Amino acid sequence: MSNAVSTAPRAAARRSESRDAGQRKAALAWLTLPALFFFVVFAVIPLAGVLILSFTSWDGIGAIGAAGMDNWFSVFADPVLYNALGLTFLIMIVSWLVQTPISLLLGVFTAGSQRYRAALAVLYFLPLLLSSAAVAIAFKALLDPNFGLATGLGLPFLAQDWLGVPHLALGLVIFVIAWQFVPFHTLIYQGGVRQIPKSLYEAAQIDGAGTVKQFFHITLPQLKYTIITSSTLMVVGSLTYFDLIFVLTGGGPGNSTRILALDMYLRGFRANLMGPASVIAVILVIIGLALALFLQRLGGKDKQGSQLEGL
Amino acid sequence: MKQSQTSRRSFLALAALTPFAVAATSACGTSGPGASSGGGGASMWYLSGEPNQTTMQKAADAFSSANPNDKITVTYFQNDAYKTKIKTAIGAGQAPTIIYGWGGGGLKTYAEASQVEDLTSWFDANPDLKKKFFPASFGAATINGKIYALPNQYVAPIVLFYNKELFAKAGVQPPKTWDDIMSLVKTFNGMGVAPFSLGGQSRWTSMMWLEYLLDRIGGPDVFKAIFEGKPNAWMDPAVIETGTKIQELVSADGFIKGFSSITADSNADQALLFTGKAAMMLHGSWTYGGMKKNGQNFVQDGKLGFVSFPTVAGGKGDPKNGVGNPASYMSISSKATDKEKETAKKFFKDGILTDTVIDAYINSGSVPIVNGIEDKLNSSADKDFLNFVYDMAKNAPTFQQSWDQALSPTAAEALLNNIDQLFLKSITPQQFAENMNGTLGK
Repeated sequence: MSNAVSTAPRAAARRSESRDAGQRKAALAWLTLPALFFFVVFAVIPLAGVLILSFTSWDGIGAIGAAGMDNWFSVFADPVLYNALGLTFLIMIVSWLVQTPISLLLGVFTAGSQRYRAALAVLYFLPLLLSSAAVAIAFKALLDPNFGLATGLGLPFLAQDWLGVPHLALGLVIFVIAWQFVPFHTLIYQGGVRQIPKSLYEAAQIDGAGTVKQFFHITLPQLKYTIITSSTLMVVGSLTYFDLIFVLTGGGPGNSTRILALDMYLRGFRANLMGPASVIAVILVIIGLALALFLQRLGGKDKQGSQLEGL
Repeated sequence: MKQSQTSRRSFLALAALTPFAVAATSACGTSGPGASSGGGGASMWYLSGEPNQTTMQKAADAFSSANPNDKITVTYFQNDAYKTKIKTAIGAGQAPTIIYGWGGGGLKTYAEASQVEDLTSWFDANPDLKKKFFPASFGAATINGKIYALPNQYVAPIVLFYNKELFAKAGVQPPKTWDDIMSLVKTFNGMGVAPFSLGGQSRWTSMMWLEYLLDRIGGPDVFKAIFEGKPNAWMDPAVIETGTKIQELVSADGFIKGFSSITADSNADQALLFTGKAAMMLHGSWTYGGMKKNGQNFVQDGKLGFVSFPTVAGGKGDPKNGVGNPASYMSISSKATDKEKETAKKFFKDGILTDTVIDAYINSGSVPIVNGIEDKLNSSADKDFLNFVYDMAKNAPTFQQSWDQALSPTAAEALLNNIDQLFLKSITPQQFAENMNGTLGK
């Protein structure tokens, strides 16, 4: 295949290369139209709508009235907002600290080639195939202090009021999130590790580096961009953890798991306060954008360049 | 040649996009349950869960087969999910023809936004229908003197249920006063049985305790002032004493371990009572039917006891006062077509509280809100419970509608959130009263 195709047409192609490049770019611009269309319809327009709503008073049912800055002042004077902000960042950071090492190590492990590892990788991947709501319902049933796993198996230490005590509920939410999303990040790391050229390890072995040294001096630095990708997904994604917490605790007990996304929902759809809920939505967008930009910066400007330079 | 290829490709891209664009713009108003049932019938949303779901489906089927051109299509939702869903649907102009609800503050929001039909003149034109129901059931359907909903289903006061077997084992009597409750808590904790079952994660379940306690301590006028939005109504000393009593009960391990992670939607709270893990439960009378159905023979063998809520020493409230749901309610969406509205009204008149449905409610242990059913109640296997509920509904000097339904949705959500924190002891009774005071008139 390569021989037949590459000789004759290549010469002809080279002649019209510069003219071609411009046309190809024009053609490619057309290709972005569908994406642009959906982005405007489903992201830009609703975003503008939310921004407008944040300056109105609306109960979600009746007429919309102007409210000026009232919603913004009332939300920022509300301690529930700061509680939600704190919880959101706490869950974000602790989730990252828990999930990253586990999925990195699992990713490195499953990147090996033995057959049993492929089977393990499939098993690890299973939690991600379940919907968040199903995961939450299952954990809720298992952890029920009266009818759950503890009674079923006769394990009294498990018979805690997991979802009824504020700090336990928060810890459990972080655990369940990790249980669900570690497989996904493991998969990303597995892919990342498989991209690392074997020659690097061969050279290291010749120089006498052991497994641990190879991990810290080859695998980890080579995974830099994978770590940034995975972290971006984790951090920005943690702003939208909603379904799982909603089903598991509903934000309770008290406000102990009421993160921003949930706070927005409860204000808007439970308390019929669409204005303040829109304020929270705008805050969420700003935090999400800031975090994404920050993580991109962290990756450095050379991100688009090859990692394999010099080889 | 290249040029023409590009333009053909872009044409294809546009052609491929067109259906999406059409779908995206048309999704804004024409689809959804409000319009999809345009063929002469009417749509209705109702709560899932037995035995009511079967009863309602049978009623709808019977009506639809008697009126082939006016079919009623029912969609079912879980209780807590429905409360959110219906609000969103109404706000988006996608409401079903028949809006099921609880009257009170929620209905007021819909009525003030002109989302539901004013049924006053229709009731005037059908006096027999109006006379058919308990007069008290119209209270929560009436906003500013106009009737916006049809009362239906059954009266559902909150009742103190208890497990007779456990009480016999402990050699104690059901509580008559708050002091009795506190001493029973000690007795049952000593036996290793939880004194009270509670599905605290649902929050309205915890609210039932406050409703009764506030009535027994301060009388019905305290909540009446709150409902009317009078200044500082929540700061009444009775509110603070109520909160203090609740926290004393929580501190004494009055409620089952893990109550704040139990939901009422899963009926786990009922299961705790009939499996003997908890001795008592304060809950709506509607749970009787559920326990009868799911509790093996717990109800049939006469192991389920029920009493009115106890008195509090020095309290002003009449022990005969009741709280709960005076009825359920159905309104007609003002966005429905005239044909759909006609169908809905016909269903209201001929299809809902038919003799078959009344019998089905009585059989499942509920008291329908229909006058002249004494004989039917007395011939039922559940006559003790049914007469207990009937007398309570008929003889109560005041029958307070559940707070979360009586108040506006905004105040109700703040209330449920603060009740949750009160039960967790993360706020003091004083803070509870102050937080709630800020919601007056909202």
